[in-house]
Amino acid sequence: MSSIAKKKGFGATIWDYLTTVDHKKIAVMYLAAGGLFFVIGGIEAMLIRIQLAQPDNDFVSAGLFNEIITMHGTTMIFLAAMPILFGFMNAVMPLQIGARDVAFPFLNALGFWLFLFGGIFLNLSWFMGGAPDAGWTSYASLSLASPGHGIDFYALGLQIAGAGTYIGGINFLVTIINMRAPGMTYMRMPLFTWTTFVASALILFAFPPLTIGLFFLILDRMFGGNFFDHTMGGNTIIWEHLFWIFGHPEVYILILPAFGIFSEIFALFSRKRLFGYSSMVFATVLIGFLGFMVWAHHMFTVGLGPTANAIFAVATMAIAVPTGMKIFNWLLTIWGGSIKVTTPMLYALGFIPSFVAGGVTGIMQAAAPLDYQLHDSYFIVAHFHYVIVGGVVLAILAAVHLYWPLMFNQMLSEKLGKWTFWFFFIGFHLTFFIQHFLGLMGMPRRVFTFGANQGWDLFNLISSIGAAFMAVGVIILVVNIIITVVKNVPAGNDPWEDGRTLEWAIPQPVPFYNFKQTPLVRGLDTFWIEKQEGNKVGMTYAEPLSDIHMPNNSFIPFVMTLGLFIAAFGALYHGEKDWAIPVLVLGIAITVGSMAVRSIKDDHGFHIHKEDLMNDKGGK
Amino acid sequence: MDFNKKYTPQTWPDHPEQVTLEGKNKFLGFWLFLGGETVLFASLFATYLALKNKGPSGMEFSTDTLFELPLVFIMTMILLTSSLTSVYAMYHMKNHNFRGMQTWLAITVLLGFAFLGLEIYEFNHYVHLGFTYGQSAFSSSFFTLVGTHGLHVVIGLGWIILLMLRNAKRGFSLYNAPKYYTASLYWHFIDVVWVFIFTVVYLMGVVG
Ligand code: HEM
Ligand SMILES: [Cu+2]
Repeated sequence: MSSIAKKKGFGATIWDYLTTVDHKKIAVMYLAAGGLFFVIGGIEAMLIRIQLAQPDNDFVSAGLFNEIITMHGTTMIFLAAMPILFGFMNAVMPLQIGARDVAFPFLNALGFWLFLFGGIFLNLSWFMGGAPDAGWTSYASLSLASPGHGIDFYALGLQIAGAGTYIGGINFLVTIINMRAPGMTYMRMPLFTWTTFVASALILFAFPPLTIGLFFLILDRMFGGNFFDHTMGGNTIIWEHLFWIFGHPEVYILILPAFGIFSEIFALFSRKRLFGYSSMVFATVLIGFLGFMVWAHHMFTVGLGPTANAIFAVATMAIAVPTGMKIFNWLLTIWGGSIKVTTPMLYALGFIPSFVAGGVTGIMQAAAPLDYQLHDSYFIVAHFHYVIVGGVVLAILAAVHLYWPLMFNQMLSEKLGKWTFWFFFIGFHLTFFIQHFLGLMGMPRRVFTFGANQGWDLFNLISSIGAAFMAVGVIILVVNIIITVVKNVPAGNDPWEDGRTLEWAIPQPVPFYNFKQTPLVRGLDTFWIEKQEGNKVGMTYAEPLSDIHMPNNSFIPFVMTLGLFIAAFGALYHGEKDWAIPVLVLGIAITVGSMAVRSIKDDHGFHIHKEDLMNDKGGK
Repeated sequence: MDFNKKYTPQTWPDHPEQVTLEGKNKFLGFWLFLGGETVLFASLFATYLALKNKGPSGMEFSTDTLFELPLVFIMTMILLTSSLTSVYAMYHMKNHNFRGMQTWLAITVLLGFAFLGLEIYEFNHYVHLGFTYGQSAFSSSFFTLVGTHGLHVVIGLGWIILLMLRNAKRGFSLYNAPKYYTASLYWHFIDVVWVFIFTVVYLMGVVG
């Protein structure tokens, strides 16, 4: 196997991506697919805001509106935010800890394809009789009553995509525990690796309840189950519990990696060690832990009783403490630093006030008596967009600029980047700040229109104008990406010049085997230490140059996923079409069969020989 | 690392499942997976407890009239024994006795099939009484909990059989040792879950 860079034909490139198990290529696919879903979700958001721009609007019908808001929320959470974060975890985390790849490259590919096919399946609902329309939370009393197949697409699609996420979570955990380079102790791990670690642990324990909830929904709707049907003794509240036992940790699965990204940015562009590193780690772990204790704050108005409400209210407020610690640590990292206001840094600076505002409204909602007023109003919509857009999306946009040179060896234009930021940031506050007041004025969430006499016209119009600003911001980003890709100017090593952590020490473009020799980690911000000591070759290495063992590419992950995708159609049309059961069986047979092939076949990978490595100057 | 290297009982390592990095990763990853599976079954148990004996008004089925402990007790004994036989298999793996391991695994598989047969018989019996999957919330949650366990048994059996067939001619290597090890872990897990099912569903259903 020679590692000399070759020009490949188009077909060969496609085949390469279909079969790849390389974490860097999988990262690119996550980013591309997640980005596409982000745009789709964004278009849905624009449709919502157009409909609500003026009173008594009939731009879309009430039923279509419900489908749009459901798909907007579901797409953004499951198919955009999480996969894009997974993309960065894949691209960055193994390099940050000096690993060859993730622990299970094959499963890594499988996880990606499951996400993609789950997402495609969900979106096919638009063309096959209508999208789900019971909200992203899909409360059972609504979703059981929903006609057509929309909810079935939701349940089956998320089941497939969720399996991918679960696999990814285990993979990251094992990678971080077992594959850190020599010297990379837990308390030297960069914050992004730490937050990936804790978020993965949350995935491990939060996704099974969702799996079960969706499983019940599938059984109730397609196979004659009675879990949620009260006339048969079922109980609709069970769904709410299962969903939120998943759902609250899920919001931390999203925000913790965002915290990690911002921690990297603050240290990098303040050219200072992250303030209070150990308390940051502690806060991350504590947030992850408390995240499982608070799910019922979404159910204050269900009637669990004052004792339960009080306990969950206090637990919820407790999370503000570790979160506050983080905010102060970031501020003190900037304090006295030698600050460079690059595009990623702009996002980080914008993130702090935005996220704090979202946290404050969170605490307000955590007060159960007050939540009786706020629940299901636009106040809630404002809250979670402040934390998710002001936190997660800003982090994602920051990371796109920050890690683009690492992933593609090109620098996005800083000028256009700043334009994107300002449009997006102003648009974001314009859209959502005013929704707090709409909520306080009594506007319920998820209504398709409102009357001219209700006094909500102006605020809704302002909110819609803000959304247009955000859209312009995203369009500028897309233009920026296209220009950068076409120009294709190499960014070179350590593109931000002040890289502190291991991923910036790797030569560009990143060789497919990552570090030629496993680096030796001599402290927190290990690359920075080497640079301070005048090391010109990059890193100190832990081993002499020797053969590298690599896994083979495989088409099996794709086929396994395809089987489940086919099976899902069988389940969907069960009891309606004659071919349903055969298709279900066929799909599962494909999946199980390809699994068997995988385990029977010998697949030991290959070695890159020392001599080839010595001649290799990098390149993919 | 040469995966196909042949070992003798003298050179065979103490923990063959954890010698290679791949083995270590499988070992840890599988434990984590079982952690997630625990939450999965916890959700099923919680739902079952919430829906036990709940049905349309006037439902005639309830745990104390439906379940018969003798049959379930036999099933429990069979599955517990199969866990023990899989321990013997792993013991032989540590000692590099391939024939011994395959034999004990074969016994494990036979016991597994016996358990499965009795479970199918039991389900069939309930359905004939009119206690079908869609009869009530109680029936749905019962069949889903116990059936999910049954599905795990099926997967476990398929997995062990596949391993035995695949390696019948090849013998031990550091490549398949972790696979045997994780399969046996899975089998233990299935057994532990059954102990909870026996207690929570059947014992507490009849005498609780
Ligand atoms: C100090 C931190 C936080 C507190 C105290 C808090 C509290 C709450 C409470 C009490 C609710 C339920 C309100 C209701 O429906 O009546 C809620 C809803 C929500 N929160 Fe937070 N939250 C916090 C941070 C976050 C973060 C970091 C995220 C996401 C990254 C988030 C995402 C959401 C979402 C998505 C909902 C609405 C779910 C829905 O009903 O559709 N929250 N929050
Ligand atoms: Cu929550």
